[in-house]
Amino acid sequence: MILTGIEDEDKWLAEGIASIRHNAFYMHRALEANNLRDALKCSALMLSELRTSKLSPHKYYDLYMRSFDELRKLEMFFKDESKHGVSIVDLYELVQHAGNIIPRLYLLCTVGSVYIKSKEAPARDVLKDLVEMCHGVQHPVRGLFLRTYLAQISRDKLLDLGSEYEGAKDTVMDAVEFVLQNFTEMNKLWVRMQHQGPVWVKEKLEKERSELCDLVGKNLHVLSQIEGVNLEIYRDTVLPRVLEQIVNCKDELAQCYLMDCIIQVFPDEYHLQTLETLLGACPQLQPTVDVKTVLSRLMARLSNYAASNADALPEFLQVEAFAKLSSAIGKVIETQVDMPIVGAIALYVSLLSFTLHVHPERLDYVDQVLGACVKKLSGKPKLEDIRAKKQIVALLSAPLEKYNDIVTALTLSNYPHVMDCLDDETNKVMAMVIIQSAMKNKTCISTADKVEVLFELIKGLIKDLDETAKDELDEEDFKEEQNSVARLIHMLYNDDSEEMLKIFWVVRKHIMAGGSQRLPFTVPPLIFSALRLVRKLQGQDGNVVGEEPVTPKKIFQLLNETIEALSSVSSPELALRLYLQCAEAANDCDLEPVAYEFFTRAFILYEEEVADSKAQVTALHLIIGALQRMNVFGVENRDTLTHKATGVIVLTYSIITVSCPCSFVPKTFTVSSFHLSFSFCQHSAKLLKKPDQCRAVYACSHLFWVDDQDGVKDGERVLLCLKRALRIANAAQQIANATRGCSGPVTLFVEILNKYLYFFEKGNPQITSGAIQGLIELITNEMQSDSTTPDPVSGAFLASTIRYIQFQKQKGGVMGEKFGPIKV
Amino acid sequence: MVLVLALGDLHIPHRAPDLPAKFKSMLVPGKIQHIICTGNLSIKEVHDYLRTLCPDLHISRGEYDEDARYPETKTLTIGQFKLGLCHGHQVVPWGDLDSLAMLQRQLDVDILVTGHTHQFTAYKHEGGVVINPGSATGAYSNITYDVNPSFVLMDIDGLRVVVYVYELIDGEVKVDKIDFKKTTAPTHSAH
Repeated sequence: MILTGIEDEDKWLAEGIASIRHNAFYMHRALEANNLRDALKCSALMLSELRTSKLSPHKYYDLYMRSFDELRKLEMFFKDESKHGVSIVDLYELVQHAGNIIPRLYLLCTVGSVYIKSKEAPARDVLKDLVEMCHGVQHPVRGLFLRTYLAQISRDKLLDLGSEYEGAKDTVMDAVEFVLQNFTEMNKLWVRMQHQGPVWVKEKLEKERSELCDLVGKNLHVLSQIEGVNLEIYRDTVLPRVLEQIVNCKDELAQCYLMDCIIQVFPDEYHLQTLETLLGACPQLQPTVDVKTVLSRLMARLSNYAASNADALPEFLQVEAFAKLSSAIGKVIETQVDMPIVGAIALYVSLLSFTLHVHPERLDYVDQVLGACVKKLSGKPKLEDIRAKKQIVALLSAPLEKYNDIVTALTLSNYPHVMDCLDDETNKVMAMVIIQSAMKNKTCISTADKVEVLFELIKGLIKDLDETAKDELDEEDFKEEQNSVARLIHMLYNDDSEEMLKIFWVVRKHIMAGGSQRLPFTVPPLIFSALRLVRKLQGQDGNVVGEEPVTPKKIFQLLNETIEALSSVSSPELALRLYLQCAEAANDCDLEPVAYEFFTRAFILYEEEVADSKAQVTALHLIIGALQRMNVFGVENRDTLTHKATGVIVLTYSIITVSCPCSFVPKTFTVSSFHLSFSFCQHSAKLLKKPDQCRAVYACSHLFWVDDQDGVKDGERVLLCLKRALRIANAAQQIANATRGCSGPVTLFVEILNKYLYFFEKGNPQITSGAIQGLIELITNEMQSDSTTPDPVSGAFLASTIRYIQFQKQKGGVMGEKFGPIKV
Repeated sequence: MVLVLALGDLHIPHRAPDLPAKFKSMLVPGKIQHIICTGNLSIKEVHDYLRTLCPDLHISRGEYDEDARYPETKTLTIGQFKLGLCHGHQVVPWGDLDSLAMLQRQLDVDILVTGHTHQFTAYKHEGGVVINPGSATGAYSNITYDVNPSFVLMDIDGLRVVVYVYELIDGEVKVDKIDFKKTTAPTHSAH
């Protein structure tokens, strides 16, 4: 059915075009011959095509344009009285004899245009006449185009009328009145167009209607261009009349388009000054009108205006723009009860954007917008709609981006309330946005209060919000979240130690609620942050102020408790490392009992929790390395700890081998080390491999020799360690022989040799050049023996060691003498 | 001319939030041929970031590294130089140059790159050169007070290596350089 209709339409259009061409041709002939009568006749015939009601607006437009072009030529002819000899007044009357109203009015308008220009009658009178005559055509399409024609040809005359040149206020008002009238009628016709066709073409019709919107909107454009239309006229006449028509027409398409048109076409200063009127129309619009887009566009324009004109800002305050917009939005949301939540939030996003642009320093305004949003969302279940969630994230991100400083966001009292409206997942997303903003801008959060607010905001990351719903979080995502929190902890800082300690307590309180999965991520940065404070306090030794000064001791207590929490949630290796870090720091503060306590805890963890042998080796090196650097311990404490360290390695050895008894008897056999060795026997399943034992033992040799001025230098014990290491290395060789039928690599021996050289150089009297010589020979024999597989690594190692000895020999002086006896 | 970036002990996120901005802007992908890292990154994100700077990335294990698969020591050859890499917490006493020299002999390398102390050093001894690039983030250390963020760029050209050390001091990047020449390598026995 419809298809046939279209085909027919095309046919009719083609016919119409042909007819116009035909008549135009004869009209031209008449014009050339200065034959007014014939020209009028032909043009009337031509214009008859515009009487059709068969065409859709789109196709009618085609005919209209062609006619328009032809009428220009006619107009030129009319202008030149010498050609046709008729006065304009008479001409005006003459054309009214045309038979049908359409051609009659088109011709009348054409003459009218010339008439106005001639000034033989007041422009106002002619215009009034024309605009009222057009009432005669009530058919929507035909009427609309007729009035369009009138608007088009009258345009330049109107602008002249309205200009400062021409005249008094009166002429401006005449022009305004004319346009307003034409506009009103055109809008009515345009709205009526939708009722034109049968129901099933309604959609198509609506589409075509919307394509013609500019015909109506042009009138507003003209109004804005009339020079004489100042703020007063706009405010008192133009705007009220236009709004009246918009509201009364009750048509969604028209209202939407025209509201937008007003906003785009008239200057921003006018909008500011008529804000209340403009906004007042919004609730009166049809409920289906997308008011939020209208308001958003208005706010966007005003924002730009503010951005490009700094001196306009007082004006904004003076007209109370924010308050008016805020209240208008509130009204719209209230009246349009069916507006989906995403629409309301989008409005608040626009308002917030406006506020941030125009009044960035008014945090109270910003907070107000957030508060309004909270009010809207309160009492409702958590948001489901993805778009709504996105809008909230946009709402919350806007202040962060604007101020580049999350501390400012932290002062907005409604900020956390908005976050609370989010579901858990989106809450976390927003928390990450906040953290990333802080990291990007390197913001420093410096008071405990602000930290409290911050951690409340990001609580979705810090702990499980909903106890029951432990959703399967991707491991990678979880790690990323926790690492972000860890990084954030480094941004919390204050020069004042007391405030810093308060901050620790706040952070600790929050992360402790995080559960076992989170602690390994969040505890370490807190520990190190605290250690930095300890170091700072060290430097201020004695300059304590305040009633309850912050002391390293206090901090160590806090650290102890915190790390304890970590060790109870199966991160023993991490806890061990942190205990050692604290021990070293306590050493530097001269707090012997504190350092001892930390070491004890580290040992306990080692014995009871560290099971993996590779982990044990690392842990041992850390314990030995740390212990080696301690200078705070008195003899007894140092001995106890040293025995513990060696005992932990050595006692294991004594259990499994038969041939070599443990000849290293602790000189002071304290209760603790006895306890330790007994408990360790029970854990004999955790054995170190021979090479690892060997290396750990010779590392222990350094515990007895510290190169400092008052460091311990116990040559005997050093030698005992090295000899023990040799025995273990021997045992390793024997095991290798037994299991593989050939000796293992001699690397261990070369390592021990190097250690001998180390202490030899340092001047340990127990280490003789003879011993070194013996060791070299032992190694060389081993390497040359049949049962040893040649090993390039050990070979190279030995070679470079020999080279070193030679180098030392060649040094001359004391060193050269020392090394002299060693033959290589 | 081969550029080798040596850095380590970033301790992200335990002790530092990120590399200093000034370092980040200097470290541009495509300019460096090799990266050697002493360890303690300590998370995968840092590994991935270094990867973007240069695909030839060598890392030794630090005691805080999340990835336990990094090796305790590593050796590689670049041009005429043999380089060794080890975090350094395994060598007791920590930071002791004589003990490090022993490790150097053991690995049989011309240049030993090691960390743990967070203190930049470049030390030449009979057996070669020991370089510690310090901590790229200036992370807290019990061994060194007042750590300045630092890293090292080595320019290996034939038998010569120029070691550039970049240190961030009071917000400004200061550069220093040290020259090392290798005497023609004697052949090693029993290969």
